[in-house]
Amino acid sequence: MSRVVVAGYGPAAHRFVEALRERGFGGRITVIGEEPRPAYDRVALTSYLTGTSLADLTYEVPEGVETLLGTRVTGIDREARVVTTAAGESVPYDVLVLATGSAPFVPPVPGAEHAHVYRTIDDLDAIRAASDGASEGVVVGGGLLGLEAADALRGLGLRTHIVEMSPWLMPRQVDEGGGAVLKGHIEDLGLSVHAGAGVQEIVTDAEGRVTGLRKPDGTLLDAQIVVFSAGIRPRDELARAAGIDVGERGGVVVDAGMRTSDPAVYAIGECALAGGQVYGLVGPCNTMAEVAADRILGGTAVFEGADLSTKLKLLGVEVAQFGAMSGALDVTYMDPVGGVYKRLFISDDARTLLGGICVGDAAPYATLRPFVGKPLPAAPADLLFTGTGAANLDLPDEAQVCSCNNVSAGAVRTAIADKGVCDVPAIKACTRAGTTCGSCVPMLKQLLEKSGVEISKALCEHFTYSRAELFDIIRVRGVTTFSELIANHGTGRGCDICKPTVASILASLHNGHVLEGERAALQDTNDAYLANIQKNGTYSVVPRIPGGEITPDKLIVIGEVARDFGLYTKITGGQRIDLFGARVEQLPQIWKRLVDAGFESGHAYGKALRTVKSCVGSTWCRYGVQDSVGLAIALELRYRGLRAPHKLKSAVSGCARECAEARSKDFGIIATEQGWNLYVGGNGGFKPRHADLFASDLTTDELIRTIDRFLMYYIRTADRLQRTAAWVESIEGGLDHVRDVIVNDSLGLCAELDAQMAHHVSTYEDEWRATIEDPEKLSRFVSFVNAPGVPDPSIVFERERDQIKPMVVTP
Amino acid sequence: MTMTVPMTWTTVCDYHVLLPERGVCALVGGEQVAVFRTFDGAVYAIGNLDPFSGAHVLSRGIVGTRGGEPTVASPLHKQVFSLVTGVCLDEPGAAVPIYPARVADGRVEVAARPALPERGGPLESGRRLVDAP
Repeated sequence: MSRVVVAGYGPAAHRFVEALRERGFGGRITVIGEEPRPAYDRVALTSYLTGTSLADLTYEVPEGVETLLGTRVTGIDREARVVTTAAGESVPYDVLVLATGSAPFVPPVPGAEHAHVYRTIDDLDAIRAASDGASEGVVVGGGLLGLEAADALRGLGLRTHIVEMSPWLMPRQVDEGGGAVLKGHIEDLGLSVHAGAGVQEIVTDAEGRVTGLRKPDGTLLDAQIVVFSAGIRPRDELARAAGIDVGERGGVVVDAGMRTSDPAVYAIGECALAGGQVYGLVGPCNTMAEVAADRILGGTAVFEGADLSTKLKLLGVEVAQFGAMSGALDVTYMDPVGGVYKRLFISDDARTLLGGICVGDAAPYATLRPFVGKPLPAAPADLLFTGTGAANLDLPDEAQVCSCNNVSAGAVRTAIADKGVCDVPAIKACTRAGTTCGSCVPMLKQLLEKSGVEISKALCEHFTYSRAELFDIIRVRGVTTFSELIANHGTGRGCDICKPTVASILASLHNGHVLEGERAALQDTNDAYLANIQKNGTYSVVPRIPGGEITPDKLIVIGEVARDFGLYTKITGGQRIDLFGARVEQLPQIWKRLVDAGFESGHAYGKALRTVKSCVGSTWCRYGVQDSVGLAIALELRYRGLRAPHKLKSAVSGCARECAEARSKDFGIIATEQGWNLYVGGNGGFKPRHADLFASDLTTDELIRTIDRFLMYYIRTADRLQRTAAWVESIEGGLDHVRDVIVNDSLGLCAELDAQMAHHVSTYEDEWRATIEDPEKLSRFVSFVNAPGVPDPSIVFERERDQIKPMVVTP
Repeated sequence: MTMTVPMTWTTVCDYHVLLPERGVCALVGGEQVAVFRTFDGAVYAIGNLDPFSGAHVLSRGIVGTRGGEPTVASPLHKQVFSLVTGVCLDEPGAAVPIYPARVADGRVEVAARPALPERGGPLESGRRLVDAP
């Protein structure tokens, strides 16, 4: 078979083409999608309204997959095996996969045509546009998606009502008791809950603008926006028209291999009716995609139905449900004051766990879900308060750990044992577990710990401590020298791993000159010569150009220095200028001229703040909404010289167009009409990562205070050479924890972090100026100690494009 | 050590100029020699050429210990060399030449002629690299 055509391009279609490619399918793949964009993450859809860009939500189209976007399949000629599209194209197929998804159910009430739905990016754009000038909104539907939509309306600043037919919210996930606790939480947030209520009509004014929603009892809820989120209906119309079997209540009928009544046609995702059921959760839809891909390539994979367990955080409330929602016996804990409800269902012999419900605290979910249908691992009352006690539960191999990606405990154990993975990010990469909703990450950690994989935190053979532990020892005991530290807390005399690490910690805490006294011997060659070593043993020089702003006079000085010393000159990615090819004895001469002209060290050589890049901002740009250059300069001058576990990069964009690429930085700032959005944990480099939104619409003072604390908390707790991107991914509790520490001061650390940054700012001095003024430090800048005037004869250059380039005799 | 040729000692610098655990480079008989003073006050001299990169940089590496043996790490790609034997401890088979070094009258001196190797193979490869034009 040579050509696979997929009708529909949502998450299930995306997973399907990914799976086909991963399994080595070499034929042609064409995906036809109705939306004018590739598939995107619908689970995270609401984040689109709070700053996450479409680009971040969008999945990358796998290599070699053809896409026809903004059109849809309108007909299937099963005889000729050709589909036709709305744009009039005919696309032949050998195998057709229907992944047409579902449509929101809109009840046929008067005025329904004026209501919104909540499913696509276009829907969200429309809701956002309609919220302009609106003050109240109603969401019809109090299930999972309804609460998502309600959260979105609330985020848009609307007073929000939720109307739910059932007597309580989330009837599919929680029972009446859980619903009551959930309602309490939601009302505390200022939302109004109307459970057990329906919709009589959507009321509009003469111009057709929505003014309210009338309930069957006649009461009118004032609202300028109504959003229907009351369930989904499978999009099976294509199959129906083509004579492919569909279910009585909708959905394309498929067998366990996802094949429809036409052997050349498969159906996956929300449009499929598998085992008499339509699935609307990402986990089962992904599994269907994998099964279909396997079958098309001749495999025997089977879709055996799916675990519909869910754990989510809606409107700040944790809700989880797993297994059955009833049982012969149950154990219930209810705390209406604290807003916590937990219930476990147990078999009549009190031996088997059947299921459970959690509201307000979902900690037991991750540990208990894999035990559904299995003997109770501990006394039920203890299990309700797991998170602590459950750490010692032994999971059977077949227990499913990650329900989103259908990964068993055994698969994770195999990855640990056979593939040698030894941390959570590696498990994620290897098995996909934990990559979708992340709720099983605590479980992955436990499996790792119990696997016996000894994760040594020792920095090197000289210290049994991690970097963070050494930081605390140095801070708490007031250690000021490496010799003192290694004599009391280490062995031997150190190495190229622990010495620079300790040098960095000492610099972060005390901020003295890096070449002062014994510290000089701890530095990597870059710090030791305050320049970047290059392949032939010469160094490059990068003067600081804060925010990338430079006067013509200073630019001319750099040019003159480069010309006079014959240096190769290149503009860097960080909006500065790098001068290459300087011998050690030339560095002080070069810097004398630069310092005299008002330049200072750019710390390009240090594990320290590098640059704060900026776009030109509101001063010149017709789109800019804030002065990005001014802020970038202020930030660069504030954090210059700050030593950290790894280099730190930053950028400031003056508007949402993001010309400064702030989201690829350790801390990036994007201007909003109201102030600044702060993003953290971004990274270019080996493993690119977009920064996550950390806080929105901050004033400049709030922004600086938040960055101060973020940087100091990172410096205090990160591993050696761990960029912020890896740090936020590996720190216990993730970014939520970091936010808690920095914004809510959950550890009571903020005053200390603030004081440390204040100390840094007030004691900063330019390392190069201090070096030039100190004959002792200057004396180190010679090629040969017994022939100070002699240049290193092994350094030879040739010319290329009118500049020098190193000639290296490769050994 | 059996000596067949009398050694010529070259003065590198005053001993106090050689800071503990920081190297210097000296020209000794026309060759670049990296000279180190370890924490216990001992002095060592090895070839300055890093055999992995072809650059003369070893004097600018970080001095430390591995299993008690004094070492220096190349500043370019961090391979660690024994200051005692010149052998690369990360990639046995590679080595740099070692030179006799001493402190006399408060001065550090290095002999121009490479010392005999403890192990023939590695030093041979190291020396060959140094001898290359």
